[in-house]
Amino acid sequence: MTLYEQFLEGSVVALSKIISHIEDNRDGYRELLARLYRRTSGIYRIGLTGPPGSGKSSLVNRLATLLAGQNRKVAIVCIDPTSPFTGGALLGDRLRMQDIPPDKGVYIRSMGSRGSSGGLALATSNVTVALDAFGFDTLIIETVGVGQMELDIIDACDTVVVALVPESGDAIQALKAGLMEISNVFVVNKADRMGADQMVYDIQSALEMRVQPSDWEVPVVPTQAINNKNIDRLLEEIQNHRAYLEASGRLKANRRQQLKHKVEQEIQRLVQGDINATTLAGAILDDVVADIMKGEDDPYSAGKRLYERYKLGS
Amino acid sequence: MSEKIRVLLAKPGLDGHDRGIKVIAAAFRDAGFEVIYTGLRQTPEQIVTAAIQEDVDAVGVSILSGAHMTLFPAILKLLRDQGGRDILLFGGGIIPDEDIVALEKMGVAKLFTPGAATTVIIEWLKQAAAARTKDDKLL
Amino acid sequence: MSDKPFWEEYEKRRRKWDSDKEKYSQGSRPRFMTVSGDDVGILYGPDGFDQSKYLDKLGFPGEFPYTRGIHHTMYRGRLWTMRQFSGMGTPAQTNQRYHLLLNGGQTGLSVAFDLPTLMGYDSDHERSRGEIGNCGVAVDTLADMETIFKGIDLAKISTSMTINAPASILLAMYIAVGEKQGVPSHGLTGTLQNDILKEYIAQKEWIFPPEPSIRLITDLMAFCADHVPKWNTISISGYHIREAGATAAQELAFTLADGFTYVEAGIKAGQDVDVFAPRLSFFFNAHQDFFEEIAKYRAARRIWARRMRDKYGAKDERSWLLRFHTQTAGCSLTAQQPENNLMRTAFEALSGVLGGTQSLHTNSMDETLALPSDKAVLLALRTQQIIMHETGVVNTIDPLAGSYFVENLTDKIEAEAEAYFDEIDRRGGVLKCIEEGYLQREIAKSAYRYQQEIERKERIIVGVNDYVTDEKIEIPLLRIDESVAREQVASLNRIRKSRDNDKVARTLADLTSCAKGDGNTMKAILDCVRVYATEGEIVDALRPVFGEYTEPPIF
Repeated sequence: MTLYEQFLEGSVVALSKIISHIEDNRDGYRELLARLYRRTSGIYRIGLTGPPGSGKSSLVNRLATLLAGQNRKVAIVCIDPTSPFTGGALLGDRLRMQDIPPDKGVYIRSMGSRGSSGGLALATSNVTVALDAFGFDTLIIETVGVGQMELDIIDACDTVVVALVPESGDAIQALKAGLMEISNVFVVNKADRMGADQMVYDIQSALEMRVQPSDWEVPVVPTQAINNKNIDRLLEEIQNHRAYLEASGRLKANRRQQLKHKVEQEIQRLVQGDINATTLAGAILDDVVADIMKGEDDPYSAGKRLYERYKLGS
Repeated sequence: MSEKIRVLLAKPGLDGHDRGIKVIAAAFRDAGFEVIYTGLRQTPEQIVTAAIQEDVDAVGVSILSGAHMTLFPAILKLLRDQGGRDILLFGGGIIPDEDIVALEKMGVAKLFTPGAATTVIIEWLKQAAAARTKDDKLL
Repeated sequence: MSDKPFWEEYEKRRRKWDSDKEKYSQGSRPRFMTVSGDDVGILYGPDGFDQSKYLDKLGFPGEFPYTRGIHHTMYRGRLWTMRQFSGMGTPAQTNQRYHLLLNGGQTGLSVAFDLPTLMGYDSDHERSRGEIGNCGVAVDTLADMETIFKGIDLAKISTSMTINAPASILLAMYIAVGEKQGVPSHGLTGTLQNDILKEYIAQKEWIFPPEPSIRLITDLMAFCADHVPKWNTISISGYHIREAGATAAQELAFTLADGFTYVEAGIKAGQDVDVFAPRLSFFFNAHQDFFEEIAKYRAARRIWARRMRDKYGAKDERSWLLRFHTQTAGCSLTAQQPENNLMRTAFEALSGVLGGTQSLHTNSMDETLALPSDKAVLLALRTQQIIMHETGVVNTIDPLAGSYFVENLTDKIEAEAEAYFDEIDRRGGVLKCIEEGYLQREIAKSAYRYQQEIERKERIIVGVNDYVTDEKIEIPLLRIDESVAREQVASLNRIRKSRDNDKVARTLADLTSCAKGDGNTMKAILDCVRVYATEGEIVDALRPVFGEYTEPPIF
């Protein structure tokens, strides 16, 4: 049996190997994704982000347990940074997810950011297709929200949860990092700490002050993930958001937008790949840049010229 | 994209001494591997479930408590039962020579004795992972 | 001591010597560093030690700040206790080993428990499979403790028990054994390790989260103050922190910081510092860098005395004394050429003695491979006896005082520790640091660096990365047979059947209520233990109230 056939029969081993194929862009992965896509049912994607130390993994631990208890078929993807110097990564988020009952079939996969910007968001989106096709109905994506890369992933989710903790003035950082705009639900974790109430208040004030892009009122939920406190309220808010998206038609609209973006991306990747393999093959680009630096050319004319050449099929 | 070597590192059983396994985790990361570290006091079931979900090339286990003749075979059996027969099981710790021989006969890919240099372990893993046949047909 | 002409001349001559030495080879090795990785100067002179500060910084043995020793006469009055950490297999086997050691000249007992016991699991628990009796003795009920101490008079011996998360339970069992022997708890002497903070930091044998664990400790402290006054309630440990890869300064700093945390907890619980502090003791590692270790012990005494008197307001002198047990470094032993470990242990033990330890354990040479054989453990004991009787080092107190190098190192390591105290305070205290993984990360970084030094051959370990041979290991190993597990489980089942199960259920229920409220858990645990409740049952009675601990991700 091929991996795909085993996948269709529900083999977790096959699912895992297929995810690796997809992550690595190995031979045949596009065709595989095309087939997998036909089997998707629109898995619900919850993105969870926040600075290191905010207790994201513990939150995922509790949320997934609750969801599994409600008989959802849950998958989790945890993303951690890959070292830009060595290419290696320490993926330790699973360590915090050991309360999830093992008999509920919750699937956890750790991914390294693997360096290339844009590549990670794409890989995540493709892995989501596999998980969707396998039959999971809820996906939690956990990532550290410290860069454009992570923001792209998070942006591709349906409900975005941002987790902060009282200690380090995170509220202000959140405002700066663009998390304010994309967050659908705020969590103040470790809410037994000093400063928690103040932080809840600060975030609520900041939310009130901005121009509301929609009529969803972003809630701020205090939690204590380690002690399993108020997680049910967090889940409730996530479900409320989902209900809102569905009722307002925004879920469909967002997904339409995301799909459009995805198709554009696919085209761009194919085109870029093709140009790289033909017109720009070899050291052409290096030579062009050398000329520009000598003052014998400029980026705009060079770009246009190479593009014309490509159009003519060379 | 080059295929990364993915390794699961875990401590099964009750022993809590994680100095060695953490040094190896850091060395592996510096060698470019993706290291999934699942922590202390893992049951064989937890280790194998994680190994399968993460599609790792290898599982590395450290046992200093003398429980290796119970734990290694348990992990081997679960790997085989759950379709992970091709995942390399390796490890180290306080394991007498004759037990090393017995365990390697049972199917443990390699056991390292105390003092083994991380460079040696990394080299071994690179070769062993490359030698794994990944001949599953995709479609 | 300000002798201007002397100093001018000295400085001149030293400068000349420094420049003259450049003519000579200095590269016999890539780096000259301590085991902790600190660079060491080529020569230390009188400019490194301000004699005028002698009275303030060193003083006299038995007098504040105790840098030179906590007792007036030190080893001339009383030699250190030779206390070999020991325990294996069944209680009966352990009892045998204890009689061997006592007959061999050991002067105190030290109990090693197996992993299931350390973690609060009974021998018939699923998680105990394969682990029973491997690293120490299996203890499930009071009956096991009675067997371990059969033929040993608890009134005459002092016993150290290396147990942490379930420490209260094992102490309760020891007290109950005493009761059966007719020894009242007031007459019992010994030490309980009971240092949960270092578990979170280094040894990682925990059950409950930090707060309830500290409550168990303060309850025990209060109980012992009234009922077991000669008992050392905590052995605040650096040994394990060092074994996990910490440097000497980290070992010193994190251990003392833990100590301060316990003192603060005791005070917060309304206890009198002069009642509980004299019963706090310490446990340090004796690693391989001879002088660094000696400096570490001396700095430890000075720091503790000052803080106890000046920060915590302890008035009783005994509260200022840092009493400590030392164990030679397990992590320095090699599996290759195991006989080399005899020498390593000897040098390490010597540094512990020159550092003024009150009690000493020397490792056996075959411990990298298995629990020590009878022969190896006797050799380890002999190591101490030879130091004690043949080397002459006990003839005078703190013989290295005044050494330019050692005083310099002592000051240096003290300063490093103080810097860590400041940082820990800045981050909100030890518990906060544990939660954020700060202490654990510092240790992991040191461990990684040490390993890299070895792999780059900046640090030579004989027999491992140099002077390597192919020799096969010929040392007879002690194996724990499978029959141990069977015997232990059978014994446990017998107890479960023969005890009064109603009483057990009741005492356990009372314990759970006690834990929910603010009664003294030690009393409730003692009740459970007397009716042969198992360790696992007692832990299970506490778990629903206290919860369970999981470690933060440390990368």
